[in-house]
Amino acid sequence: MGWPAGVPNAAAALGWHKKMTPLFIAQIGLTLFVFVMLLSSAAGMVYVERKVAAFLQQRLGPYLVGPKGLLQPLADVIKLMFKEELRPRAADAFLFALAPVISATCAFAAFAVVPFGGDTTLLGLIPEGLRLQVADVNVAILVVFAIASMSVYGIVLAGWSSNSKYSLLGGLRSSAQMISYELSYGLALASVLLVGNSLSLTDIVNRQAGAWLGFIPRWFVFVQPIGFLIYMTAGIAETNRAPFDFPEAEQELVAGYHTEYSSMSFAMFFLAEYVNMVTVSAVATDLFLGGWQGPFLSESFGWVWFLLKVAAILFFYVWMRWTLPRYRYDQLMRFGWKILLPLAVINLLVTAAGVLYFGA
Amino acid sequence: MVPLSHYLLLSAMLFSIGTAGVFVRRNLITILLSIEIMLNAVNLTFVAFGRALGSADGQIIVFFVMTVAAAEAAVGLAIIISLFRHRESLNPESWVSLKW
Amino acid sequence: MTPFYLFAAIAVGASLLVIAQRNPVYSVLLLIASFGALSGLYVLLDAPFVAVIQIIVYAGAIMVLFLFVVMLLNAPHEDTEYDERVHPLLRPGPMRFGAGLAAALAVELWWALGRGGESGSFAGGSVTSVAAIGRSLFTDYAFPFEVTSILILVAMVGAVLLARREEPR
Repeated sequence: MGWPAGVPNAAAALGWHKKMTPLFIAQIGLTLFVFVMLLSSAAGMVYVERKVAAFLQQRLGPYLVGPKGLLQPLADVIKLMFKEELRPRAADAFLFALAPVISATCAFAAFAVVPFGGDTTLLGLIPEGLRLQVADVNVAILVVFAIASMSVYGIVLAGWSSNSKYSLLGGLRSSAQMISYELSYGLALASVLLVGNSLSLTDIVNRQAGAWLGFIPRWFVFVQPIGFLIYMTAGIAETNRAPFDFPEAEQELVAGYHTEYSSMSFAMFFLAEYVNMVTVSAVATDLFLGGWQGPFLSESFGWVWFLLKVAAILFFYVWMRWTLPRYRYDQLMRFGWKILLPLAVINLLVTAAGVLYFGA
Repeated sequence: MVPLSHYLLLSAMLFSIGTAGVFVRRNLITILLSIEIMLNAVNLTFVAFGRALGSADGQIIVFFVMTVAAAEAAVGLAIIISLFRHRESLNPESWVSLKW
Repeated sequence: MTPFYLFAAIAVGASLLVIAQRNPVYSVLLLIASFGALSGLYVLLDAPFVAVIQIIVYAGAIMVLFLFVVMLLNAPHEDTEYDERVHPLLRPGPMRFGAGLAAALAVELWWALGRGGESGSFAGGSVTSVAAIGRSLFTDYAFPFEVTSILILVAMVGAVLLARREEPR
């Protein structure tokens, strides 16, 4: 295996020699890599959001800190770290500290089952292919949905444990919105499952290989256009973003459920929101836009295609936020229950009929 | 692989904890929570036996038990809310006026 | 230590704390922890679908409902003077019942573990595929499936009606 001289003796003494294959080490490295990448993507999103918002509003945005303002996220993080950590006296200390942890943990954990590349051998360093996915579960879609439904608790607990009217109302409204849109989210996922015929994200991406007529790729967005729209809408509502962010908007209920938070706890909520956006975009890419498939080089550099597609969806997210006006809360709930949910059910029925008739 | 009896013992312990909760606690919501513990213990038994007998029927019954538990929790909580509106209390002792 | 003992310890410990907590919010959160441990046990039993459904339905939906009700009612503790001083599990009634139950359980446990023998270890098997469950659900169990959907509809209507605020006349 090519290990240096003294290592095999020490490892054999501990019984590790059977497990420490290069593949195992590569998998541990992959886990750390994904974690670091998610953190950096959240930091990058901060910059992208402010720059894109600025250009949409015909101004310049951050340009002082670093070249073209690229070090702005670093400045933001340092500012947040140095702020004083406050806690209201009447707040429930344990739950107050636990809530941002739950939000951040669920946001990161959901990405664990999302594949972002085909089998790669890292340019020949490891003998067999390493799938670019932290955990290959064959019920991957359901796991993403399950972890997304657990992130409601971070918000509910934040609202309640702050022991303040604004936080409680904001928290309850926000979580009611999330669980309402989870239904449409799940039904959109179910429609894709019917077409993709599998619960494993890797299988679904692999089925989107190839092209019709030579140039239209076999992405599911062409088979399920309405499903894609429903998924994106529900995803935006799930992450409390863009036109659906009434419960945490600055002009409304002070700041909703994170009114009483400051410094690193607030940073964790912030981080959780951006990482959730990245996860929703990544799952959308895998399900509807063909994942890491591309017209060329998709075997070893598929992750580049994946990155480009996720970046496109994230840009769409930011664009939505600064273009559309906000829905009022009752309009938002009405939209979720009376318009989006029936549409998702009809989409599912039509998809089922289509699959039955066309057989694919 | 842990033998089946261990799973059954665990399920029995959880069921007894749930039963104890229903008898002991004087808070309607905690009583409902204890009922949920009991239902989960039963689910565990079903899945363990399904696995031991090699059929998927255990998991299907668990599916139905979960659905019924959801319906029952929703209606039970609605009843608790309307009871609370009358007496402002969650203690079952508040509704003993028919006791002689 | 196999994961079974870890998950079993978490499940039993969390359930015990559920019935011992005064604050209903902590009870709900501990029950969620117990459900998580049970979900892990389902994975060990080669039932990944049930494990994920447990998280989605029980921990992710039913418990959110409980939490909402606890927060909206601002659920008071069991609030008499006596209740504040003495912990719920230590009062004379529950203590006698609980002690009896615990003693009975300990005897049963000791007897059951002592029997050994027909411990029924699991046959080798594979992970139950979701396709198999789905096929069985929609063919053999199609009638209960449809009845369950009507049951949920009835429960929804009932819950909305029961919890509705009375209009002042």
